[in-house]
Amino acid sequence: MALGELSGLKLGQATRDAFGDALKDLGAEYKDVVTVDGDVGNSTRTEPFAQAFPDRAFNVGIAESNMVSVAGGLASSGKTSVVASFAAFLLCNAYDQIRMSVAFPGLNVKLVGSHAGISIGEDGPSQMGIEDVALACSLPGVAVIVTADGPSTKAATKAMLDHKGPTYLRLGRPKAPVIYDADCDFTIGKANVVKEGKDITLIANGLMVSAALDAATALEKKGHSVRVLDMHTVKPIDEAAIIAAAKETGRIVVVEEHLAHGGLGSVVAMVVCKEHPVPVSFVNLGDTFAESGDGDGLLEKYGLTADSVVNAAEGLLS
Amino acid sequence: MHGPRTSPTESRSHPGTTDVPLVEAFSHAEQLTYRLGRASFRPKPVNNTYKMDEDQKLSIDELKKIATTLRKHIIEMTTAANSGHPSSSLSAVEVVTALYFGGFMNYDAKKPDWPERDRFVLSKGHAVPVLYAAMAEAGYFGVELLKTLRRLGSVLEGHPNLKRLPGIEASTGSLGQGLSIGLGQALAARVDKTKSKVFVVIGDGEMGEGQVWEALAAASKYKVGNLTAIIDQNGYQQTGATKDVLDMGDFQKKIEPFGWHVQTINGNSMEEVVDALKTAEAVTDKPKMIVSKTRKGYGILPLLEEAGDTNFHGKPLPPAMAEKALAMLS
Repeated sequence: MALGELSGLKLGQATRDAFGDALKDLGAEYKDVVTVDGDVGNSTRTEPFAQAFPDRAFNVGIAESNMVSVAGGLASSGKTSVVASFAAFLLCNAYDQIRMSVAFPGLNVKLVGSHAGISIGEDGPSQMGIEDVALACSLPGVAVIVTADGPSTKAATKAMLDHKGPTYLRLGRPKAPVIYDADCDFTIGKANVVKEGKDITLIANGLMVSAALDAATALEKKGHSVRVLDMHTVKPIDEAAIIAAAKETGRIVVVEEHLAHGGLGSVVAMVVCKEHPVPVSFVNLGDTFAESGDGDGLLEKYGLTADSVVNAAEGLLS
Repeated sequence: MHGPRTSPTESRSHPGTTDVPLVEAFSHAEQLTYRLGRASFRPKPVNNTYKMDEDQKLSIDELKKIATTLRKHIIEMTTAANSGHPSSSLSAVEVVTALYFGGFMNYDAKKPDWPERDRFVLSKGHAVPVLYAAMAEAGYFGVELLKTLRRLGSVLEGHPNLKRLPGIEASTGSLGQGLSIGLGQALAARVDKTKSKVFVVIGDGEMGEGQVWEALAAASKYKVGNLTAIIDQNGYQQTGATKDVLDMGDFQKKIEPFGWHVQTINGNSMEEVVDALKTAEAVTDKPKMIVSKTRKGYGILPLLEEAGDTNFHGKPLPPAMAEKALAMLS
């Protein structure tokens, strides 16, 4: 069964497409915005902006290190730099440049990593950003955003441009089930309750919000009341929403399309341990690279499905 | 910039005996405002201002005097800090002096956030004592602050930190990034249609970083005529002579094919530095490189030879040696 189907969601835009549309639409109003690309603008979807505003778009070629530091230089001269590449190449190849040319000086650079997670499919593990959230969270002062669907990505793009300081926005390649309305609210650092419930909370972000909603539907059929939180901002984390979930539902499952270490699960666990310890279970990629294949098949094989979430939840509920 | 000529070496008193409070010179809010460029910002303390008019360019002799002053500052501050990279700083003194005091850079030390200012990026961030010395003489802050170099609470960190010190244009220290940052600033001036120019000083050992070559190619693509880079080719890097560690050969021959205007000069000759900067200034259709052949520790070379270490990387002069050095420079 396709993601979102069980909970009646319809497939919509990929988050990268929604970002590209929003960036282009905001370009006229946000005159300080410039883009810096490493020759993958037609994949990250900065291309529509670059075509509409050619004087504000720079493609520096396949050179991620230079790309990020150029973005830092532009930002230090007052620009809002949007620098986009595949999540894996942006965070892993240019990590030191993000650290020294962006994060340490606290510049207004918007890092955008597309092709995150294993759902990109056939291109295989070299192209899959599976550690990007951990790397981005490791840098002081960088806000880290992982959006779930098209509408919330558009809202997040605007919020990101309005935010003063470095941000990382994680985007996916495949079409995503639509969860939000077009006029949805998006506030950096404030989780969205996409479904209320009392017995257990599923905390997810990215494509896994759909998996969590499917799992919630399945669990409700078995008589459990399930809360689903879209924790679209991993840093700064919405501690209040996590504490409320711990206190009010007593059990938490964290779901993410990312390695186990240093991602959303780690951050949620820190908050729960410190503020209100309750049992927490985790659904994620674990500690492994994936492989080539179709995206849905990969999610299935590596356990990033509604069934996995249901199993984890039932383990806590029993 | 306009204003009465103020000779940086004449109008300022050196309150050498003053106790310098180790407080943050700038509040967090001020730093943030400055960084985001959203409001006018006044640094403090400023007890000297250097402003440049076309007819106010200093003579070669005057520039040489300032160069000597900067050398003394470099030795005094690193010896006081008991750490730092004086020899790496000394090699670049002529270039930094000519840029800040020879009329090649437009800036206002009292208004470091002036959007149309020219930018100076010290990519070889460990040589920051030469930059702090120039900034103090230019009036960004008081000369007495130099003695707080590297001390807890001082804004004069061991490597440049733009968050803490207005007038610093890039936070460097991880080698290889400065030329890319400068390229970004040069492109921003293009987007904003301002006349800002950008100057970047790179180390010769730093040229081993692949990112520099990425930036060379990209700068050529965008034909940034407002970008001038200077390789401070002092011949040494941390563990030895650059030609032994990673010999990059003839920089001029390597960089010209990238589409840059390239000159090779004796970078410890003020005359040659000023001439080269004038030549570069006249070239506006492509990025410009000056391969500045220098000596690490220039100005006190006999003392380094006497110490048996002509690299003298990353260590301050011991007090007795510093005294000799200051006497040698006087």
